[in-house]
Amino acid sequence: MDALIENLPRILRGFLLTLQLFGAAGLIAFALGAVLAGMRVAPVPVLRAVGTTYVNIFRNTPLVVLFIVFVAGLPFLGVQISFFARAVVTLSLYTAAFMCEAIRSGINSVQQGQAEAARSIGFTFGQTLRSVILPQAIRTAIPPLASIFIALVKNSAIAEAFGVIEATQTFHFLYNRHPSALWPLFVGTALGYVIIVFVLAGIASRLEKRLAVIR
Amino acid sequence: MRFGKRWFGAFAVGAALALTMTACGGGGGGDVEVKDNASFPAGTTMAKWNEAGKIKIGVKFDQPGIGFKKPGTDTPQGFDIEIAKLIAGELGIEPDGIEWVETVSANREPFIQKGTVDLVLASYTINDERRTIVGQAGPYYVTGQQFLIAKDATWFKTNEDIKGKKVCSVTGSTSLDSVEEKYGAKPVPFGSYSECVTQLKSGSVDAVTTDGAILLGYAAEDPDELKVAGEEFTEEPYGIGYKHGDTKLCEFLNKTVKASIDDGKWATAFKDTLGKADVPEPTPPTADPCQ
Repeated sequence: MDALIENLPRILRGFLLTLQLFGAAGLIAFALGAVLAGMRVAPVPVLRAVGTTYVNIFRNTPLVVLFIVFVAGLPFLGVQISFFARAVVTLSLYTAAFMCEAIRSGINSVQQGQAEAARSIGFTFGQTLRSVILPQAIRTAIPPLASIFIALVKNSAIAEAFGVIEATQTFHFLYNRHPSALWPLFVGTALGYVIIVFVLAGIASRLEKRLAVIR
Repeated sequence: MRFGKRWFGAFAVGAALALTMTACGGGGGGDVEVKDNASFPAGTTMAKWNEAGKIKIGVKFDQPGIGFKKPGTDTPQGFDIEIAKLIAGELGIEPDGIEWVETVSANREPFIQKGTVDLVLASYTINDERRTIVGQAGPYYVTGQQFLIAKDATWFKTNEDIKGKKVCSVTGSTSLDSVEEKYGAKPVPFGSYSECVTQLKSGSVDAVTTDGAILLGYAAEDPDELKVAGEEFTEEPYGIGYKHGDTKLCEFLNKTVKASIDDGKWATAFKDTLGKADVPEPTPPTADPCQ
């Protein structure tokens, strides 16, 4: 127990980095996912093909493999960025594929008539998507999106094996330093993740209630 | 790419070792003295192992010169391995009776506690907290922390130059902590030393830090690209891990190490392994009293 209390600042610093990974990767993945979803429902075949290929590649590749490719591979391409940035890039690209599919499922749930009505009053495809379809689609997509955000928090733990000192890496380190304090450290770290996930789930259910529409 | 380099490195070492072995016609590892008449008081752990003629020893597989297993071979090689063979010999166990189990820094305590291994000789630094949950006999060797850097690095003059640089070491090793506390370096943890060396070669980190003995092994593998630099700034006494509380076993281990130092087998083991990497032969340490 002492090991846990004594090292609380260190553990919190680890969780701060976990949150930074989550925040940065979550934002990029969501934005990229929305663009990809737009591409996958676009009337232009090339855009659809690009979107589909992206999802197929990044959704079907294990995250660890992507980490190896980006962390070990980027320097050989002459790209020298920090390990944190590499982890953000990897997590974003991977998660964007899932975000895209969740948003696309939301788009598909919006009745065809909505798009037809928008087109008939002269909206372009982009305007229809932005002003009519996406605002409705996001509401339906909130539960799956929340699951993806939660998965992202936990997936960020893989960065511990690739040079980022986030929460799991901190746990590993402290366990080696204080092997007798395995359980307090383990439970303490797990609790940190549980708190983050609970907060996310809470936000999601709030949003769901607030944005709920009767169709 | 990444694996390619590693395999090539391993191959190079393998080839070098094969050449050396042919050169001295037989090699240093094989001829360990096995006691035929070893006998121990009934009920002791030593008697049990002697009876079984078998022992499971946890060693590193990825540290050239200390504990290193070439791809495609069955037995690891290195200083820890030689000391382990000496101990097994003293127990009346043939080298064939030793089961080599790979341990990494993070799983040594659980492996001892669960009985996955009987003894651990895996560059296992003795410290007081570890000694509360496992036994550590020895030390049988003392080294110190240093830096491995690119051969053409000009920024490194003294240990102080490491301030603010990215320094890689293995997750959970004490080396990362000390380099951050002492010199203000930015620690970068990775899963193994070979991964750290890969990061160093690709320029993603500025240095790798751990016990000098381990680094010299890597430098010897790739002398054109890597070198060991700086003064040793910690003291790392390597101990033999065993199940906590077995004082008789500890006394036996200490006695065996002491005897090997006195009759020159310790020095031979060193010369055959770490000594090949141009490490000056160290003064053998004195074992701590058993608790």
